[in-house]
Amino acid sequence: METAFAALVGVFFAASIYLLLSRSVIRMLLGLTLFGNAVNLLIFTAGRLTREVPPIVPDGLKVPTEQIANPLPQALILTAIVIGFAMFTFLLVLAYRAYQTLNADNTDTMRLTEPKGGPNPPLSY
Amino acid sequence: MIQTLTPAADWVVILPVVLCLVGGALLLMLRNSGGYLASFAILVVIAVLVCDAQLFARVLAEGPVSMTMGKWLPPFGISFTADLMSAGFALAAAVVTLVVLFYVQMDPEGRDGSTGLYSLILLLLGGVSGAFLTGDLFNLYVWFEVMLIASFGLMVIAGREIQLDATIKYGFLNFLATSFFLAALGLLYGLVGTLNMADIIISAPKANPAGMASVAALFLLAFGTKAAAFPVNAWLPASYHAPPAAISALFAGLLTKVGTYALLRTMVALLPASREILDPVIAAVAILTLLIAPLGAIAETNLRRALGFIVIGGIGVVVSGIALPTLQGIAGSTVYIFHAILTMSALYLVAGLIERTTGETDTRRMGGLYAANAPLSILFLVLVFAAAGTPPFLGFWPKLLLLGAGTEQSGMTTGGQIDWWAVAILAALLLNAFLTLIAGTRIWAHVFWRQGHEGERSEEPNANLRAPGRIETWLGLVPAGLLVAAIVAMGLWPDLLVHSGTEAARGLLDPQSYIAAVGLEPTP
Repeated sequence: METAFAALVGVFFAASIYLLLSRSVIRMLLGLTLFGNAVNLLIFTAGRLTREVPPIVPDGLKVPTEQIANPLPQALILTAIVIGFAMFTFLLVLAYRAYQTLNADNTDTMRLTEPKGGPNPPLSY
Repeated sequence: MIQTLTPAADWVVILPVVLCLVGGALLLMLRNSGGYLASFAILVVIAVLVCDAQLFARVLAEGPVSMTMGKWLPPFGISFTADLMSAGFALAAAVVTLVVLFYVQMDPEGRDGSTGLYSLILLLLGGVSGAFLTGDLFNLYVWFEVMLIASFGLMVIAGREIQLDATIKYGFLNFLATSFFLAALGLLYGLVGTLNMADIIISAPKANPAGMASVAALFLLAFGTKAAAFPVNAWLPASYHAPPAAISALFAGLLTKVGTYALLRTMVALLPASREILDPVIAAVAILTLLIAPLGAIAETNLRRALGFIVIGGIGVVVSGIALPTLQGIAGSTVYIFHAILTMSALYLVAGLIERTTGETDTRRMGGLYAANAPLSILFLVLVFAAAGTPPFLGFWPKLLLLGAGTEQSGMTTGGQIDWWAVAILAALLLNAFLTLIAGTRIWAHVFWRQGHEGERSEEPNANLRAPGRIETWLGLVPAGLLVAAIVAMGLWPDLLVHSGTEAARGLLDPQSYIAAVGLEPTP
């Protein structure tokens, strides 16, 4: 099952990088969310995959009797999902405000912070 | 399981974070209640400063201090662990925040607490202190995000067009960098099964070296982006000049420095074996950052954009310390970060005053400030010298340590095999100091020496120039002046700083006392 998950993570990463390379802010945002989900799946896969064995210690014992699902990656992912969602929401509102104010969704036309008339950033530095 | 209460004295490790978060929440609730907000925020930061100073003194005397929350023992419970390096940086961060809080009062718009400004500043300081003091990598990720969301808010707070544009660039790239950090965390957890820093130091040597090297490479990419090291630095000059000068100063002092701190922690203390594989990459990044950044500053005419490039140059200095990982080299990086927290913030504070007095943001159109405000010109020149690393200012000592490490590593003095990477870093460090000096003094000459606007009117005095008012003098010039005075004083008497930097580097290179403080069994 790990192999399938690893392949899925790879597909997620590829798709998100494709989206992040586009010039439209909304597509980049979707790419960023997809990237976050790819990372979450990666943590999940890296932290051992087990089916149908909940991490519950039987009554009266201190350690579980069999190999159980690892609860820690799930806690990590839960935190990461919450944080990632907050960031996504902020950036979505920001993109909307920028669209309203700057009348631009294309990053090539958002050049207020760069010197006017110059070449694109890597060339002008 | 922990059954006893944490000793009261250990709370000093977490109090800086708790005070900031509680203070920030209270300020948010009280945001419409008028003029006392600033005093309250200043009181909170003074309390944080006292805690950090106490922590620093204690760590200097006794070694690392650790506190574990909840009843779970490490490596399961989350520990806050402060060694000399983290305590020193937290102290410097609190000093800068205090100065900025006074400086913000200068501006009636900036003073207004109802925008949530003070809450966000406290949240930022909380995130930065948490990132410095935590002893758990996942917890570090959480503090990175706290810091990030606070900085998003601060960057966009007045909502001018240029700020929206800057926040989009800053936001996307920094969020992407933290996502890379999280991916590295996932792989690291899969390889060693723990995220507690002390526990990673113990179990990293047993893990698969190829896997660990890729984790280290991901860390390098993530923290390099955070710190704005060369190939991934484009977001910094595109965003740091957009918000008001006080906010820029706060960012320049705190944000990129957390990235460099995390680089030092992961590359030197946690994964030393994997770093050795990446050494040529780190050296190349250091050399290119050292050279390209001041060239950018020379090519730039916008005052605060040019300072952004000088900040990037400082990152190159820190990375070159990681590329020369001897005791002297790491000590140089540590002292340089401490110096950069203070100097880069002070540079932006002075730049804000220059912009207010001249009414311009472009150095070509400033001019003639020397006659109107001589103290400002002295402060700026001192800071340029400090940033370039000329004696007797603070920036000289870390560079001296790094040059010592470079000559030692290069093998030129011992007559053995010559390490050309070290020689190249050595040359780049010297060239960087020279170019930074050119960039800084060029700005200085444009702003202070020349008359008026560029072109045909350059002999006329600047029409927008006005003398600073009393409020600007007392709330702007005096805090910035005090910060510069501290930089000069520490440059003249560097003993404590160099000693603590060397001790911090020793702790980083040989982390047995760090592991012992967390309460784990040291490696045999």
